[in-house]
Amino acid sequence: MDHLFALSVAVPLLVAAALVGVKPLLSGRRRMLDTVAVLTAASVAVMLLVIMVQTDGGDRVYWFAGFRPFRGVVIGIDFEAGPLSAGLAALAAVLVTASMVFSWRYFERVATYYHALMLTFLAGMTGFCLTGDIFDLFVWFELMGVSAYALTAYRPEERGPIQGALTFAITNSVGAYVSLSGIALIYGRTGALNMAQIGAYIGRHPPDRLVVVAFLLILAGLLVKSAIVPFHFWLADAHAVAPTPLCVLFSGAMVELGLYGIARVYWSMFGTALGHRAEISHVFLTLGVLTAVVGALFCFRERHIKRLLAFSTISHAGMFLSGIGLLTPLGLAGAAVYVAGHAMVKGALFLCTGIVLHRLGSVNETWLHGRARHLRITGVVFTLAGLGLADLPPFGTFLGKGWIEDTGSAHGMPWLMPVFVLCTILAGGAVLRVAGGVFYGLGDPPSEDERMARAANEETSETDADKRRTPLTMIIPPTVLVALAVAIGLTPLGPAADAAAVRFADQAAYNATVLRGAHVAHPVAPFAAEAAGITVSDVVTGLVSAAGALLLAYLALYWRRLPVLRRGYEPGTGLTTLAEGFQSGVVNDYVTWMVFGLACLGGVLALIIR
Amino acid sequence: MQVFPFIVVAWIIGVGLYGIATSRNLIHQIVCLIVVQSSTYVLLLGVGYVTGAVAPYFYDVPVHTPAVDPVVQALALTDVVVEAAVTALLLAIAIQAHKRFGTLDPHELAEFKG
Repeated sequence: MDHLFALSVAVPLLVAAALVGVKPLLSGRRRMLDTVAVLTAASVAVMLLVIMVQTDGGDRVYWFAGFRPFRGVVIGIDFEAGPLSAGLAALAAVLVTASMVFSWRYFERVATYYHALMLTFLAGMTGFCLTGDIFDLFVWFELMGVSAYALTAYRPEERGPIQGALTFAITNSVGAYVSLSGIALIYGRTGALNMAQIGAYIGRHPPDRLVVVAFLLILAGLLVKSAIVPFHFWLADAHAVAPTPLCVLFSGAMVELGLYGIARVYWSMFGTALGHRAEISHVFLTLGVLTAVVGALFCFRERHIKRLLAFSTISHAGMFLSGIGLLTPLGLAGAAVYVAGHAMVKGALFLCTGIVLHRLGSVNETWLHGRARHLRITGVVFTLAGLGLADLPPFGTFLGKGWIEDTGSAHGMPWLMPVFVLCTILAGGAVLRVAGGVFYGLGDPPSEDERMARAANEETSETDADKRRTPLTMIIPPTVLVALAVAIGLTPLGPAADAAAVRFADQAAYNATVLRGAHVAHPVAPFAAEAAGITVSDVVTGLVSAAGALLLAYLALYWRRLPVLRRGYEPGTGLTTLAEGFQSGVVNDYVTWMVFGLACLGGVLALIIR
Repeated sequence: MQVFPFIVVAWIIGVGLYGIATSRNLIHQIVCLIVVQSSTYVLLLGVGYVTGAVAPYFYDVPVHTPAVDPVVQALALTDVVVEAAVTALLLAIAIQAHKRFGTLDPHELAEFKG
């Protein structure tokens, strides 16, 4: 059964290679290509789910070619799976399957390399989640990256995709190379590339400057990938132009993989060595809250639906980072459940946007106002997913966010809850505003913003618009994703997620499992004080967020009719110039911001760990 | 262990980043990205260097002859492969940009603002 680990990356890679290899034979047999790709993605999802279930009682390690560690010294390369890592990989595989099914009718003509790249992207994500080797982490990161860059530039005949792909590729590559420098430094210090062995080595000594620098450099690439302010600029540009089925993966899995990388690197290598847990937690929390607020503000002012959803992803990435950055098992468990719930609803939102694009040929909220009334099912699914994004119970999102907030309150950070609720209201309100305006024609059409209109109207050749009906293969995936989001909220995940997070955050256990093959299964009981359940406050904050989002959406749609605001008030005109200054669309600026962010982060870390 | 290689690494990465930040030509910018990556080769090889050691070919040398670290060389080779893939893709996109829009200036290509 252990070979499932190897197969979960080998199968998509081999099928991708085979698809490209037999390309001449497949011309004109589009459906065969689709079927093979969907089946491959689905089989990977099943394999990873099996691995996830198997690891419920304790993490499992797979040594390639059987090169096991010899007296605690690693000589081979391993895959290490716990419920969180295998679960995240499974989530990615489920999303790939959903978007491949969606693509079935979405693209009228599709090149073979679309399927092949989707599968290599999936292999990259799976490998990134499961690997226990820090250099391989970089390699999988790059495999995932290169596939994603190529897929973003899938329509090279337009300006947007070209610019988006270049921005995406250059920022992420710079991040990856900076990370590689960190990996080289840590290898120079420890002589090891296995994360458990590095952690064991540097944990025995007090942290010196080199370890801190290596930590900072390794973080850089992961922060870029997870779109944390000020490393986030590439994300909105890439999301707005990438094919819609791909956006599902970008928002639902790729950004979260960056965050997973941060958690993995911290808890398997640097946690013990760096010490200063409270201070490092504050650094992560600052970054997370900043990202959550900035993302939510940008999200609300956006009229390009795909970009709006992209900014909402940035906001959520900030909240996930806060959950991880609390550096407690419950915070991590909350982040994990939140990631799963968010991936489902965000995937559904993107797919519904894809249906609108398919039928009406636009993603411009202003132009679309009231024009999608006949897309009834899509409208219902989009609205439900929007409510899920606003954390309405019983969607899985409310549970995850509730746990993060509970942990915050328990650790002397009660302000986390109102901040999160506010961000959720902003992002959820923006999405519900789109739902109300586009699908139900509520309120007044927003005034035409020239820039947004131009940008949104160019979105044409991705799919052939003006279809008379929505194909079943396009409406079923988002419906299933919304149902899964509810299922996550209704399943009593508490103990399992908590136990998984406890094990993930236990560096000693990780070391023992990898280096000595020990079987470490934590009892849940000692952590009962923090045990994750559904508390009244979770449900109440969820309801408050959803109600607030609905109210905000109502105000956004009807504000012209309110007596107070009527007179010549146009919100956000001054802000537009400011926002354009930041989000300039020029990769030069983005790289400058990255260097600036990294310098600030380095300064703070240097002050903390002297 | 010498400091000099690491100063070179810092210099290369700094020059590369400066180039990316100020470039007005995509091809130039992509080459600057290669420069940033080149710093990792120097760093990797510098980390594994042992003064007075031989290349890691354990053939026809006395036992216990010190050799430089072969692992970093393998890493650097992998790194070269990654770079080849990224650069080829980026240059292909740059060619498309030039073909379709007649410009290689990242400022002119910027589609979305704000």
